[in-house]
Amino acid sequence: MSKKTQGVLSAVRRGRGGVRVSHSKNTAEMPVERMPIPSKVVISMQQHIGVPCTPLVKVGDIVAVGQKIGDSDKFVSAPIHATISGKVTAVGDIKLANGIITKGVTIESDGEMRMCEYIKPPVVTNKEELCAAVRESGLVGLGGAGFPTHVKLNVPADKKIDTLIINAAECEPYITVDYRECVENSENVIKGVEKVRQLLGIEKVIIAIEDNKPKVFEIMKEIADRDNEIGDAIKLMTLRSQYPQGAEKMMVLSATGRKVPPGKLPADVGCIVMNVASIAFIARYLETGKPLVSRSITVDGGAIKEPKNLRVPIGTNIQDIIDFCGGFKSEPRKIISGGPMMGIAICDTNAPICKQNNALLAFDDRKDLIKTERECIRCGRCVDVCPMSLMPTLIERYARIKDAEKLEKIGIGVCMECGSCAYACPSGRPLVQYMRLAKQVLREESAKK
Amino acid sequence: MSKRLTVSASPHVRSNETTTGIMLDVIIALIPALIMSVVYFGTRALALTAVTVASAVIAEYLSRKVMKRSNTLGDLSAVVTGLILAFNLPATLPLWMAAVGSVIAIVVVKQMFGGIGQNFVNPAMTARIILMVSFPTAMAKWVTPFQNCWNADAVTSATPMATLASAKGGDLSAVADALPTLTDMLLGKHGGSMGEVCSIALICGGLYLMLRRVISPIIPFAFIGTVAATMFLYSGFNLEYTAYQLLGGGLMLGAFFMATDYTTCPINKKGKLIFGIGCGLITFVIRVFGALPEGVSFSIILMNILVPHIENLSAAKPFGTLKEKKGKKEEKKA
Repeated sequence: MSKKTQGVLSAVRRGRGGVRVSHSKNTAEMPVERMPIPSKVVISMQQHIGVPCTPLVKVGDIVAVGQKIGDSDKFVSAPIHATISGKVTAVGDIKLANGIITKGVTIESDGEMRMCEYIKPPVVTNKEELCAAVRESGLVGLGGAGFPTHVKLNVPADKKIDTLIINAAECEPYITVDYRECVENSENVIKGVEKVRQLLGIEKVIIAIEDNKPKVFEIMKEIADRDNEIGDAIKLMTLRSQYPQGAEKMMVLSATGRKVPPGKLPADVGCIVMNVASIAFIARYLETGKPLVSRSITVDGGAIKEPKNLRVPIGTNIQDIIDFCGGFKSEPRKIISGGPMMGIAICDTNAPICKQNNALLAFDDRKDLIKTERECIRCGRCVDVCPMSLMPTLIERYARIKDAEKLEKIGIGVCMECGSCAYACPSGRPLVQYMRLAKQVLREESAKK
Repeated sequence: MSKRLTVSASPHVRSNETTTGIMLDVIIALIPALIMSVVYFGTRALALTAVTVASAVIAEYLSRKVMKRSNTLGDLSAVVTGLILAFNLPATLPLWMAAVGSVIAIVVVKQMFGGIGQNFVNPAMTARIILMVSFPTAMAKWVTPFQNCWNADAVTSATPMATLASAKGGDLSAVADALPTLTDMLLGKHGGSMGEVCSIALICGGLYLMLRRVISPIIPFAFIGTVAATMFLYSGFNLEYTAYQLLGGGLMLGAFFMATDYTTCPINKKGKLIFGIGCGLITFVIRVFGALPEGVSFSIILMNILVPHIENLSAAKPFGTLKEKKGKKEEKKA
């Protein structure tokens, strides 16, 4: 092994399937702007995969930035913090952008952004302390799924982790916040990587980036090369820019050549995959102790007047964000929270931003309706592009006749709803919808038993 | 404003490929062979094609209407079926018989099983076989190229396939005089169905489809490769005999345009390979040991019927499925 990162690694193994989607990274060169403090934020108690939090404040309470306002005693959960300082004006049911109704806390700003007095850098010397600190920070996977990070880091002792993979692929079209994170906060990324690597005792770190972002390689390489020790452990890897390269299982395959079995986690094959923004946050948190109260999002799409990358307090109203970007230049037909491949179409802009939202895209046309829905012609494109080796057209058929036994046999469980099948389908069939229906059929069947 | 926002399942973008576009590509790929058949068999070939295409389109429209289903003419699949059926017919076939063939292909084989994507055998191929057994004389009247095919007394000749069938063990010496040259075989200057004679035009069309990624090369290569390998072995490594077998009959048309029919071939890669090899083996057996001189149609139909089983047996395991796992499960059952 050389003393320095000589060059950049290339992917160990090429994943099967995938589709070549237009990148549309229009906002790549737009630095992240800070949005002015909103007059009001609505903070949801469910901003992660797992158990919702219980509000810890009541109407009339005065809160400061970073003060914990929601928590849960369950393991798979992450606490919620106040993102602005001011007065709690409501605690109760709120509607999220995707239509889900959950508990939430409304805070009216006093305009001061006063920091909570008990915020101080955490003392972290071992894995347990790191996991506890990360839990207190409220960090969830910032890539989109919202899986609590402390759960991910808290690997059982019998599972040996040898590789930490930093996911900077950002394979979804339009979104550029991870790219901006790499460019603007590259020092933090490397610092965070070093911290986590040392505390968890991981030998190797791979920072995986799609080959359409050459600028990131230069910046990262320069920092890693500055220190021999770091440069030895941290390797940069270039990945083919093909959707869904950033999906966790695809990432593990490309970076290490290992396949995560159905129903298992990357930890089962010795890997931890973390989003680049999450790791940079850990570095900042360990230095300042300031929990997750804001995040970067890309605002883009044909209907947005001034596309931007923004840093917004969590809980900011979506309409306020769009207004800050100059509002709509044409009538929006569809607004997506997240990327166009896996994002959720929202029904109302009067809803708050959550921790896992990484983009807001507004379109004045319906790009998903460019083809009429026709009968399946069994062309096999969905089978060819499925990164999980499934047969989406067969799954559709079994889902329609609700054949739970067949669905289980052909492995619907591994479907991650990446949307490659529906993207490629020449007959314009809504295959992802059928994949979800198939999973529902299985759930109903197992509930019966 | 918010009332007009649409909510639908992801993904929110789609590729540009459409069913109509795919069918249009197939039609484009068939045009060189159509031009060559007009060169060899005159306007009669054009008239026959017009009849099969028109009757296929009308049959599709009317049958959908009668069954109270949506109009599917826009996907152009009826046009493709009509074109391919015409290619499978002798140029002198009475036009009404051709029309009957189209109606069988569209109504009986395709629409009665649910329309596009639902039929379990290739419509054009099945129609050809039904016509062959219904009108054996008219369907076996192979006129030699470059004469007036409107004339009922046009000169006929044995097809190279019939001649080859008498060359037992791959020995060409006895039949050499009756066979056209290999160049003529490639260009299509010999008797046969109007669209299958010109191998080079069909190969060009097939390559176009592969370049456009409309068809996967697996089936054509496996099919033609298996025929080539078996014929080569059978004839005692006689290259000339193998070449005649490859260029004669419906092999090129069948391998590039009919065995690759989406609906009636396996959707997975491994299945496609098995399917192609199976087609090749059956073709070899029928051509060499069967009573018929040509076996491409029957081989494709037989393999069509096996497709669900091939798919079941060759389906890829979902991502990351462990090989040992299967063994463990079986142990548990036992």
